[in-house]
Amino acid sequence: MPVSAESSKVIFDALKHCDVRLISALPETWLVHLIRMADDDPEMILVRLAKEEEGVGISAGAHFAGVKSAMLMQNHGFLASINGIVSFAHLYKIPLLMLISYRGSFGERDPWQTQGGNVTEALLRAMGIPYSFLDGVENVEKRIRQAQTLAESSLQPVALLLTRDLMWEE
Amino acid sequence: MLRLECLRAVYPELERCLVVTIMGATAAELHSLGHRGNFFYLQHAMGLASSTGLGLALSLPDQKIVVFDGDGSLLMNLGSLSTMARYQPKNLVHVVFDNESLLSVGGFPTATSTGTDLEGVARAAGVPKVFTVRTVEDFKTAVKNALDGTHLTTIVAKVEATGPAAYVTDLSLVENRFQFRRHIQSLKKSRR
Repeated sequence: MPVSAESSKVIFDALKHCDVRLISALPETWLVHLIRMADDDPEMILVRLAKEEEGVGISAGAHFAGVKSAMLMQNHGFLASINGIVSFAHLYKIPLLMLISYRGSFGERDPWQTQGGNVTEALLRAMGIPYSFLDGVENVEKRIRQAQTLAESSLQPVALLLTRDLMWEE
Repeated sequence: MLRLECLRAVYPELERCLVVTIMGATAAELHSLGHRGNFFYLQHAMGLASSTGLGLALSLPDQKIVVFDGDGSLLMNLGSLSTMARYQPKNLVHVVFDNESLLSVGGFPTATSTGTDLEGVARAAGVPKVFTVRTVEDFKTAVKNALDGTHLTTIVAKVEATGPAAYVTDLSLVENRFQFRRHIQSLKKSRR
């Protein structure tokens, strides 16, 4: 499978360096290595979800408890989380660090991913969620740290879009 | 059985817990008994009270967590039962007040009114201890046993579809949220 294990490791290490100790996740192809790394790490609490919106509540609980968390999801999982983001994270000023695999964008071969790709950034903008991209290993750690810093200072969700250039090798 | 009487019966036990409630009548009734800094009322995001309890329980394994859920909210996030059952936090007590109604929006019947059995759903999802209770005395006993025990427990409490006259309290949502987090951080400091 041409999912980049190297980039996944850089992302995972960056999350650890940012003191993330709880990761909620729902598997998708680009996230398989990241989820395995979280599962193998005894210092990380991995919560495998039935649906991504649960991750909003779980991260809120972790925030109340003083534990730094991150959410791993596909952009369709972001779509499935919108009510939770608006009526919990935004309403109650909860910081969320959301790592969202940006499927359905340039280079996408799977027809079923393409509609979600069209609307992802427009929805992030409509919801007022600050976002940036993870598109090269050289800037992963800095961007994750910056996203986490902004989420915590502004007490709101912040998104990083994981791009094909970073996650897919072929 | 009235939800308010159930809450009153376990109110003293809640002092040692962190409590998360759903929106509407449940939040207003617990608040009416006397707000405490360890109570968080999730006044929207239906379905995520149990997820919030799970996040707290996994992050604070030595702290008892109580979630006051409802049939309407849980039916919006049945997957939460399977996620809770997957991790089985020993410190999480999940109470579901089942009034078979979306009371806060006008009393529309939920699927539990036509036969969906939340005790059965929770049991089949893998929650290790599941009970249905119909009297205040049984409710009090079930909650106390769950708090004293070491198993994830879901307690389905069959209650009447009645609530308070008003749902809005004088506690702002954001104030509640900051107070709740500060309370938890002060607990952590005092234990160090």
